Amino acid sequence: MAETATAEPTRRDFLFIATGAVGAVGVAAVAWPFIAQMNPDAATIAAGAPVEVDLEPIAEGQIVKLFWRGKLIFVRHRTPEEIKAAEEVNVASLPDPEADSARVKEGHAQWLVVYGNCTHLGCVPLGHAGAYDGWLCPCHGSVFDTSGRIRQGPAPTNLPIPPYTFVSDTKIQIG
Amino acid sequence: MSGHSTYVPKSAVAKWFESRLPIIGLVHSSFVAYPTPRNLNYFWTFGAILSFMLVAQIVTGVVLVMHYTPNASLAFTSVEQIMRDVNYGWLLRYLHANGASMFFIAVYIHIFRGLYYGSYKAPREVLWILGVIIFLLMMATAFMGYVLPWGQMSFWGATVITNLFSALPIVGEPIVTWLWGGYSVGNPTLNRFFSLHYLLPFMIAGVVALHIWALHVVGQNNPAGLDVKNLKKDTVPFTPYATIKDFFAVVCFFIFFAWFVFYIPNYLGHADNYIEANPAVTPAHIVPEWYFLPFYAILRAIPDKLAGVLAMFGAIAVLAFLPWLDTSKVRSATYRPLYKQLFWVFVLCCIGLGYLGAKPPEGGYVIAARVLTAYYFLHFLVILPILGLIEKPRPMPGSIAEDVLRKHGGAPVGLASGASAEPHSKG
Repeated sequence: MAETATAEPTRRDFLFIATGAVGAVGVAAVAWPFIAQMNPDAATIAAGAPVEVDLEPIAEGQIVKLFWRGKLIFVRHRTPEEIKAAEEVNVASLPDPEADSARVKEGHAQWLVVYGNCTHLGCVPLGHAGAYDGWLCPCHGSVFDTSGRIRQGPAPTNLPIPPYTFVSDTKIQIG
Repeated sequence: MSGHSTYVPKSAVAKWFESRLPIIGLVHSSFVAYPTPRNLNYFWTFGAILSFMLVAQIVTGVVLVMHYTPNASLAFTSVEQIMRDVNYGWLLRYLHANGASMFFIAVYIHIFRGLYYGSYKAPREVLWILGVIIFLLMMATAFMGYVLPWGQMSFWGATVITNLFSALPIVGEPIVTWLWGGYSVGNPTLNRFFSLHYLLPFMIAGVVALHIWALHVVGQNNPAGLDVKNLKKDTVPFTPYATIKDFFAVVCFFIFFAWFVFYIPNYLGHADNYIEANPAVTPAHIVPEWYFLPFYAILRAIPDKLAGVLAMFGAIAVLAFLPWLDTSKVRSATYRPLYKQLFWVFVLCCIGLGYLGAKPPEGGYVIAARVLTAYYFLHFLVILPILGLIEKPRPMPGSIAEDVLRKHGGAPVGLASGASAEPHSKG
């Protein structure tokens, strides 16, 4: 075999590299659709069209649950005390520092709109519960304040705010 | 290991077949002539029990699929139809649901047997790691199966467990969306879990075949933790000795299984799972199935999300490194006075974690879970490596045959080895 080691590449060497290269491209090309099919399909994405929510019937102090893109959303009509409690917190002392004013739309401080799944592992926190009378997650004990900010427990971040705008004073559009 | 005898086909047909596909010879050398240490106790029957449980789960599962509908709006009703309308549907479902628990009871005894008798030590490292892989596959299968009835616990269990991956930085959220096939657990999630729940048991069966293959290459460990030195004196053929013992244990275990199925079929379940999945309400007290509780306690004990998830997976991953973490050359705890005690402390630690996993995450329970979580890792990462260096093992018998004879106090008639001339006392 020693004499062939220095010889010209053979046709088998060429076939080996060409087959390997085409094979690798083929495997990658086949893997892609097999992985991509797991992602949300067209119908699921289309179901993410914006929804309008009428705020008129939501009484002060009430929390309403609704779904957008299959995700739970809380719309909370906050009382003046709840707003005050949320605004008076020393922001720097929070695990995920965020001012209350950054979590509501200007001039609409009574309306808090947040995703309704705990940022720890996705359970639905119970409203008007916990040390801050915001939310308390029954699964792993995360405590959220009246601004939906994490105050105690394992959740790493505040309840996120979905994209929404005020269409009128009593109507919002989520999405 | 070579057997007591090798298969010799007798009839012309058997000879014809054997020369074309030597499968009868393979079965014969693996399950008939295969030499088993003569000192095996009943803890060595759990391998057979587990094999039977796997078959039982596959058989009941395949039949249940004939009546189940994997669709988020129909799944819950179809399970209720299985329970009420399908002939013996209640029995098939209770067998399958309780079968999962029985499977885990058996596998935990099997794992702790391995821990006690040092079955993971050289040359059985690969055998042990294959076992850890089977354990992981079992956990994945059980988790996905629990989602299929689409009750409240199914839905929220799926939500919590898939959300574990959201702890990963940057890629976390896209991975979770990819796992769900949507923006929350929903119909696509149910469908893929159903597909994988059907697939994984066959993958388990494949790894079990490797597990048994590896076992038959290195031979079984035994209560004395000694190597087979003399095939004639130290071993007996698999059939009839191990076969009848295994079958006896399997029958006893299945009677225990039947007691659960017929008398307390819902004892290990949760009432909340008889409520259809509702994405707007989480059950007030959400706990996983009992066999996940120790790992769940570890997850909750750590106050940081990512660290908690890593600790939970680490608690299983550490098992794979056990052959190298345990520095003692002595296998069996029988001859390791300190390890023997620390083994039971570890068992209590695991049971304690299981208890805490079922308790609400507050006050003293959290502190206790943190202490036990720390001990769990301490056992593997500190105690075992150091123990092997400082522990003075007890004197061991010279051979497996000697171990058997010493236990029964009889004179080693016909099997006498030189060492048996001196008097022995156990321990």
